[in-house]
Amino acid sequence: MATPRRPQPLLIRITHWVNVPVLVIMAMSGLEILLAYPFFGPRGAEYDWVPLSGWMPPAWMRAGGWLAGGRHLHFAFAWALVINAVIYLGYLGASGEWRRRLLWKAQPNQRYSVLQRAAYTGALGLAILEVLSGLAMWKPVQLHRLTSAMGGYDTARVIHFLALLGLIAFVIGHIVMVAVHWRKFPEMITGGKREETP
Amino acid sequence: MKRRDAFRALAGLGLVACDTRTPHKGALGALERLNEKVEGALLSDRPASEALALTPLEAFPGYHVAPTIPEVPSDWALIVGGRVGTPLKLSLADLRALPRIDARIRHHCVEGWTAVADWGGVAISELAKLAGAKDTAYVEFRSFDAPSFTSRGYWSSWDRASAFHPQTMVAYEMNGQPLSAKHGAPCRLYGSVKLGYKLVKYLTEISFLDKRTGGYWENQGYEWFAGV
Repeated sequence: MATPRRPQPLLIRITHWVNVPVLVIMAMSGLEILLAYPFFGPRGAEYDWVPLSGWMPPAWMRAGGWLAGGRHLHFAFAWALVINAVIYLGYLGASGEWRRRLLWKAQPNQRYSVLQRAAYTGALGLAILEVLSGLAMWKPVQLHRLTSAMGGYDTARVIHFLALLGLIAFVIGHIVMVAVHWRKFPEMITGGKREETP
Repeated sequence: MKRRDAFRALAGLGLVACDTRTPHKGALGALERLNEKVEGALLSDRPASEALALTPLEAFPGYHVAPTIPEVPSDWALIVGGRVGTPLKLSLADLRALPRIDARIRHHCVEGWTAVADWGGVAISELAKLAGAKDTAYVEFRSFDAPSFTSRGYWSSWDRASAFHPQTMVAYEMNGQPLSAKHGAPCRLYGSVKLGYKLVKYLTEISFLDKRTGGYWENQGYEWFAGV
């Protein structure tokens, strides 16, 4: 019999709230970098099919002030993102929380619906794709195997942008769900009342 | 409203610790130095060798800091100096007489675009050998592309391992043709392991050094290592 545990364990809460500013800064500095060349595909063979191609992100969506500032922010906060993610994923795996939160066979007294678990799994997949495509763009020559797996530098850049759009969609959905189920919101701060683990 | 204030406070704290106007300093600078170590460790001598489609020459951008495309000075020669046994002064014909390397390379601009061309020239390691470079830790590259008559020309400096990479060269040919004025004639620095702003065009001087210097964009805040 497992000891009673809180619905939101401490490490989940900490990594969740660390993620909020880190993801915001990564997205905003990323859009600052995108602004320098908001098109996709190699010169002379541009990918016109990429959604929002040619879009200039407005100032309130950007961080860093200029391209070099945006790049420094992005490559500094990438460490925070990855370290936080490693702690989160390590805890998720070691504690068995992943069975409750990710797409897995239904369990008795399932806390999260299949749609919620699909959304969390999808967001995690997008985040991993962001990190891999980011590394592929950062070192396309030295990490050539990873870059080839992403279809090359230019497709890695498309993946990096589309995964961002996906993550933004997830965050909007997440905030709407929190607003609808606002009574559950304090759990992400206090952890909630200890209960038997299903 | 509370959450919003908390978020603003967090964002404000971040901005104080990370002044993006002077990104070589503070927390951002410390992380840049950490990233440089990672970049140095990732660097290998492996040549970039993917099968790449050539970019149409007219679609390959050519940037310069001078108000118009820089013209070759009448007394142009490539100076090779610094910590060397034999300083050199090379004409284009001298360069062409030296052992030649060729490579098809994807250009990675810091802005995010890429373009592909064939490059031919003399390896930097070849020039180092010829000049008898000693204790090289860094290599500095200077050009006659200057924002005005009174200012110094565009320049950059590299770590030894990147400069001596087998594809790092003084290129005098692009796509089998003599280098055009738009792309850095009479010769430019080219290679596969750095971002475009490290690839100095309109070369005038190469110095083999034991100390690290800077560069035109690097001194303004862009990353110094800028490896790909």
